[in-house]
Amino acid sequence: MSTQARNTAGQPIAFVSAQALRARMHDAVNDAHLRQSFRGAMDFLMAKRAAQFPDEGELDSLRGLSEAIRQYSLTKLPDLLEQLEANLTRNGVQVHWAETPDEANAIMLDIARRHQAKLIVKGKSMVSEEIEFNHAMEAAGVGALESDMGEYIVQLAGEKPSHIIMPAIHQTKQQIARLFAEHIPGVDYTDNVDALIQIGRRVLREKFEEADIGLSGVNFAVAETGTLCLVENEGNGRMCTTVPKVHIAITGIEKVVEKLEHVAPLFSILTRSATGQAVSTYFNMISGPRRGDDRDGPEEVHLVLLDNGRSQAYADEQLRQTLQCIRCGACMNHCPVYTRIGGHAYGTTYPGPIGKIVSPHMMGLEQTHLLPTASSLCGACGEVCPVKIPIPELLIRLRGEANSAPHANPAMVGQGAGYDAKISLLWKLWARLYARPATYRAFTWLATRFRFLTPKQQSGWTAARTPLKPAPRRLRDMVKDRR
Amino acid sequence: MSSHTPGTPARTYPPRPEAVYFYATCLVDMFVPEAGMDAITLLEREGIRVIFPDNQTCCGQPAFTSGFPEEARQVVASQLDLFPGDYPIVVPSGSCAGMILWHWEKVIGADPALKARAAAVAARTFELAEFLLHVVGFNRKDEGPATTVTLHTSCSARREMGTHLVGRELLARLGNVSLAHHDHESECCGFGGTFSLKHPDVSTAMVSDKVAALKATGASQLVTADCGCMLNITKRAAREDQDAGRSKPSLPGEHLATFLLRRTGGKQA
Amino acid sequence: MSARDRILAKLRGSQPAQAKALPDLAAHYAPRARGESKAERLARFRTGIEGFHAEVHVTTESDWPALLARLCADKQVGTLMFGAATPAGRRLAGSSVPNVELRPWAGQFEDIKADLFHRIDAGFTQARGAIAETGSLIVWSSAAEPRSLSLVPPIHFALLDAATIHPTFYDALVSENWAAGLPTNALLISGPSKTADIQQTLAYGAHGPKELVVLVINAEGDAA
Repeated sequence: MSTQARNTAGQPIAFVSAQALRARMHDAVNDAHLRQSFRGAMDFLMAKRAAQFPDEGELDSLRGLSEAIRQYSLTKLPDLLEQLEANLTRNGVQVHWAETPDEANAIMLDIARRHQAKLIVKGKSMVSEEIEFNHAMEAAGVGALESDMGEYIVQLAGEKPSHIIMPAIHQTKQQIARLFAEHIPGVDYTDNVDALIQIGRRVLREKFEEADIGLSGVNFAVAETGTLCLVENEGNGRMCTTVPKVHIAITGIEKVVEKLEHVAPLFSILTRSATGQAVSTYFNMISGPRRGDDRDGPEEVHLVLLDNGRSQAYADEQLRQTLQCIRCGACMNHCPVYTRIGGHAYGTTYPGPIGKIVSPHMMGLEQTHLLPTASSLCGACGEVCPVKIPIPELLIRLRGEANSAPHANPAMVGQGAGYDAKISLLWKLWARLYARPATYRAFTWLATRFRFLTPKQQSGWTAARTPLKPAPRRLRDMVKDRR
Repeated sequence: MSSHTPGTPARTYPPRPEAVYFYATCLVDMFVPEAGMDAITLLEREGIRVIFPDNQTCCGQPAFTSGFPEEARQVVASQLDLFPGDYPIVVPSGSCAGMILWHWEKVIGADPALKARAAAVAARTFELAEFLLHVVGFNRKDEGPATTVTLHTSCSARREMGTHLVGRELLARLGNVSLAHHDHESECCGFGGTFSLKHPDVSTAMVSDKVAALKATGASQLVTADCGCMLNITKRAAREDQDAGRSKPSLPGEHLATFLLRRTGGKQA
Repeated sequence: MSARDRILAKLRGSQPAQAKALPDLAAHYAPRARGESKAERLARFRTGIEGFHAEVHVTTESDWPALLARLCADKQVGTLMFGAATPAGRRLAGSSVPNVELRPWAGQFEDIKADLFHRIDAGFTQARGAIAETGSLIVWSSAAEPRSLSLVPPIHFALLDAATIHPTFYDALVSENWAAGLPTNALLISGPSKTADIQQTLAYGAHGPKELVVLVINAEGDAA
């Protein structure tokens, strides 16, 4: 299938146009409550991460190792996927492949129908968000219930996660208390966090017991052993993968590593970077369904491997680095833009810096070309990335892809979507001026001598600042005067 | 080599040279020439001859970061030949120095000869503050009255040049100056070149927070080694003053070069 | 062509000719290996897992059933489920645990699912080992000790031999060559289940056990 044939417009993801994105960012920035809660939450997460890495040498070594493992795995990606498939199959796991969200949903709906499933209980999975799994199941009459506390809250509220690790980070306990009192029969208002969690526990335990299918994501898939690894604190991931008769795991094709030992450093740097925990409560390694004389565990385990644009990123050496991501969320925790607008404004499944570099491959640049521009390129994301993805470099690259004049056979879906003939002409003129020193000197001489003509309105700059005005004399004039 | 890696490789600094090239940057040339002049004076006062290549225009960063690599390449190509002698190149800006150090070699294209030239230029490019500290060994007597200042370090200086401690160290060598640290010191001021034009809402939120944090220190002024950040922060503060009807600037700012020179006897050696 | 073949063909079409070098994990972990004593390792494990709200009791091979009985009484455990076909299970089955119904796992999960969810107060399992660096238990499920014993009941008692504590996760899986054969479910467990999903406020007892109680058999007998 050629890249052109891939129609991203058919995807079920709720798109946000460039104009709408600006409006959402404007609203978010001016929402004092949101600003305050994200600032507080991000400060908390940044401090917790910093406390996990008191030794800079150890951090450097672990980051280097983690980057090397992810890059090694990616250079062998097709081989490792085949090895993973073979070993999972040997272990009794059924492996499915999907190029698009629709294909992935169809595969899972088919499994649900075969089991006449009424309820699917879900562990946390960003890939299931990416494919709008809940909507697809509900449209087909199958219930899909989130069981991660944060995801459950977000689902009750009819929202989407605003953070990949802490989905309900935008909600206060008072909001959650009202939500529970309104939606859960027999529950009175309480904003005691322990009490709220116990309410969630009681409701969801019934659902674990009753569900026909458990769905989960995957943090690492190990090729040599055919093992799916899940990282979690709550135990809902274990419930979803232990109690129902069928377990379906879904993951992006990039999550595979070759050796079991490779998960040790990745797991360590993941939890420490994400929530500043030395380790999560559970690290769950699943190597197959109930077999032999096992007494529990699902009778069927399925793995759905999803492409959804990842192979496009893979095709380019620089953009391939996007796929090193282990979804820790540290980049958003440290991002000054995310801190100010929160996760919802982006309008994409994955918000923050990682969302800006991964979404264009999933959704095409038509829908996402403004995202890479919404960065001051401060580099905080790249600085904390546990697998050293050069996020700022990739943002610059994607800006270039969006700006390029549209051409017939684009390597990226939506290439040239941000092309603006006027802006391109301005940069051409800029280059003419600055690449010709004599012309530059003439221009700057005029700009300083006629500084009184400098416009008072300077686009976005004067929205909040006093205008810029050239100095009366340039540095080069002052240098000449002195000599 | 990847950019934006924290703690960029510790650089080897040359011995104090007889002369340096001064690459002023377009912002300094046209908007803050006094900072450039003061940087030159600081260097000359130390007995270093300063060469100002007249054909210098811009490091190409605006086009590069905006996603116009071809336009950036043209400008970089016009600048490659400005430094024929084997002298260090001193740049009074972390972001322009970072552009030369990390990106020129990539921007210039595939031609190995051009790449080699860009790499050779990069290898002897230094940000002014690190040059003053590590090469010049700046250590002049502070002649100014006791004062408290606050320092903003640009993201490029911090994350590309790895020089965020250099500014502090230079200020620490001034006996009568104390440094007040501000809240969220490592956070970006919200300039980001065309980011401030393209996303004024978010950029304004960032610079307003930065201005508030800097003012909250109670320091008498801001010192920074990057003119982009300095203009962003001080013009925002000026606008707040204007809106509040204050005539005296509530957050005056100076380039580090200007501040160092003023505190240590000015232009007379 | 199937989706599988198309995805693999696309990846193969852009796969680098040369794989990057195999990462050297030993080089990272070697300088971090500690020449620590068993007692030091136990102390690190204990500090770690206690930091995650687990309870740790150091005991001996002969005393642990009595300790378990005392803890059950303290926690008002009415029914304790365990796997009878392990050495520890056999010890437990033959021990006196007053006022506690000792119930060995019998049959398939489906047969006892309702009891597990509603009538069992605590599950008892052995730990295969532990990790000092992070304060984690290593729990491998088996026919004798199914997965849900350490998951569904509100209290999880785990019996650990201090001699099986490894310095790091990496040391554990390399020294025991886990890659040669994993059970259908292997776990690292570091404390009772928890969440901070509401306003970053930590709350224990999310979906799994509300309490994790570790009984450490220390053969050297220094029950400190």
